[in-house]
Amino acid sequence: MELTQKHHEYWRKNLVYTAILLLIWFIVTFVEAWYARELNGITFFGFPLGFYMSAQGSLAIYVILIGVYAWLMTGLDKEYGVDEGDLE
Amino acid sequence: MSTGTFSHSAFNSQLKKYYTFYAGGFIGFVILLAIAEQMGMSRQWIGYWFLFATIGLYAGIGIMSRTSEVSEYYVAGRRVPAFFNGMATGADWMSAASFIAMAGGLFLGGFDGLAFVMGWTGGYCLVAFLLAPYLRKFGQFTIPDFLAERYGGNIVRTIGIISAITCSFVYVVAQIYGVGLITSRFTGLEFGIGVFVGLGGILVCSMLGGMKAVTWTQVAQYIILIIAYMTPVVWLGIKHTGIPIPHVAYGYTLQKVTELEKKITADPKEQEVRKTFADRAAAGRAALANQDKAFADGKAKVEKDLADAKASGDAAKVAAADKAVAAYPKDVVAARSIWQREAGLQARTGGPRPHAEPYPGKDEKARDTARLNFIGIVFCMMFGTAALPHILMRYYTTPSVQQARVSVFWSLFFIFLLYFTAPCLAVLAKFDMYSNLVGSSFAALPAWAANWAKVDPGLLNITDINKDGIVQWAEVVIGGDLIVLATPEIAGLPYVVSGLVAAGGLAAALSTADGLLLTIANALSHDLYYKMIDPSASTTKRVTISKVLLIFVAITAAWVTSLKPGDILFLVGAAFSIAASAFFPPLVMGVFWKRANKWGAIIGMLAGLGICLYYMMRTYPFFTNMGIPKMDLWWGLNPISAGMIGLPVGVITIWIVSLLTAPPSKEVQELVEHVRYPHLKGDSVVSEAR
Repeated sequence: MELTQKHHEYWRKNLVYTAILLLIWFIVTFVEAWYARELNGITFFGFPLGFYMSAQGSLAIYVILIGVYAWLMTGLDKEYGVDEGDLE
Repeated sequence: MSTGTFSHSAFNSQLKKYYTFYAGGFIGFVILLAIAEQMGMSRQWIGYWFLFATIGLYAGIGIMSRTSEVSEYYVAGRRVPAFFNGMATGADWMSAASFIAMAGGLFLGGFDGLAFVMGWTGGYCLVAFLLAPYLRKFGQFTIPDFLAERYGGNIVRTIGIISAITCSFVYVVAQIYGVGLITSRFTGLEFGIGVFVGLGGILVCSMLGGMKAVTWTQVAQYIILIIAYMTPVVWLGIKHTGIPIPHVAYGYTLQKVTELEKKITADPKEQEVRKTFADRAAAGRAALANQDKAFADGKAKVEKDLADAKASGDAAKVAAADKAVAAYPKDVVAARSIWQREAGLQARTGGPRPHAEPYPGKDEKARDTARLNFIGIVFCMMFGTAALPHILMRYYTTPSVQQARVSVFWSLFFIFLLYFTAPCLAVLAKFDMYSNLVGSSFAALPAWAANWAKVDPGLLNITDINKDGIVQWAEVVIGGDLIVLATPEIAGLPYVVSGLVAAGGLAAALSTADGLLLTIANALSHDLYYKMIDPSASTTKRVTISKVLLIFVAITAAWVTSLKPGDILFLVGAAFSIAASAFFPPLVMGVFWKRANKWGAIIGMLAGLGICLYYMMRTYPFFTNMGIPKMDLWWGLNPISAGMIGLPVGVITIWIVSLLTAPPSKEVQELVEHVRYPHLKGDSVVSEAR
């Protein structure tokens, strides 16, 4: 079938959300790991920050990122009328 | 999709009720056993109760969920609610390695061990954003299904089948090994018998009910494994930090650990022990450098000692010298292994590793290499996670695309609970050992240490090197698995909690093995047999063939396990690198780039997989010792992280080859559009298999 302008817009917004969330993911993973030594100079709740991020902080951010994605996309589906209706 | 007679929300609330009763029942069962222990039940019987009660339970769920319907068997009828699919994925994901070995790795490796913690959680971001919702919309049965449908043709499917089976099989061997180890340790059964008892549990469950039975068993297994992991840690946390959520407070414990490390490094008695090791290592190296002379000199010395002792007439001295002569290696070959062991003591001359310090190294270059390898492991574990078929397959089982997205959230949440506890456990256990074990006298070791050193010297070995009667840290050798297994005793809990931990480890290993065996059997029965050999096979025949193959694969895996292949940790790491190189590029590009075509996928998968295997074979000692010419590491990158080279090569190859060849057909482009939208009005593509 032909996709409408609206459909293309939906997909573009999805790509933007995905890109932003992946950027945060990249920062708290690879940028954090790269500078872990420097971050350890900062103390956070008694932890050296570099250690804290790799042991807990980044993990918690991953969970939140995925939750935010699910929430954003549920809204986007409804807004653009591509949701699956009431299935639950 | 089937609404009508079947209500998702009623099903969901019914499930919640069942599993709440179940969790309560399980806790009641543990309390009953605790009372029985106080009344004098033996340790062995507690072990038996945990083993047979939990395996019987899993088998019971398997029997209740038996089915021979195709969509029930392959994808649990596509009606597993997000929350429960999350728990099932958690159990599917967390293996014996996560449950038992991870905290030990963190204990021994300090910061460097965190690469696995990050990699095995962060990968779910990629699953959530790039794969799960689109695979759910596609809605077939296996991962090779998607590749074949998207790129067309049996070549892609065949490469997919081979990759899926390779990485899953390597992984399942490690799980079955874990099952044998745990059952034999806690019940005293033999390793081989332990393997087959566990295997029986796996087979009853997955064979009778396929994905349906495996799903509901995995939920039950998750509940057991998380209770088992948390109980002793909470207890140890109360002991050392004063609050039942040690996760927020162990930063201060970590500070104390760092201070104790400095104290241990500077302690003269510790230095004395390390000096002894350094001298012995130097002597070992010298002997290895000049073997014949060292052997003759050593022999002459023990013989001269014996002659001297005889001359002095002291009977005790004569007996000791006699023993030394008898114990002297009979030839150079036998002596060589002793010298190698002595030279290996060099590893124990360094003092405690600074727990919180990232990338320790002797100079800037060594530190940079350590950092690159940390990032390499994070990279490969993440992209490997997002490409392992037994995990991706789980997202076919939710009722909708929206539920698949939510389900990844719950998956990571349930995995997170265990993974952010492991670093905490490692620090608490280390603090306990630095403050209670170090400095205690050999005559009065802490009870748990005395017990484990006696039961399993491979996990805990304490020798009084400098004969001062006091334990120095340098005199202690710890095997990683000790940390989780001994925590209940370190925390001073009754034996019933040790049994609980064993049941948790068993649940972790069995649930992962279930998922992996199902993936392999499905790749063979669905992709190879039904899609390529006999597309007209009836549904009954397909399911029957799948069940027969499952038994066959399970027995093959158990047989390979019984050969005890070396270095399982490397094999698991290799499975991740292979999955990342072969699967990740074609799966993600298949959704996000319409122009990706058949030849791009074929050549890209082969190139990614090829370079990954090439790098491993040319650099990993296991292969180079077999006669494959050795080459230098590229940028110092370890062979386990070969996927960091394979994945980019795969992506670039798919890109270039796709642009050089004709674009995919209109049908394929419509399929791509189809998977991108959860629901399209008037969509002509119907991909979902029922």
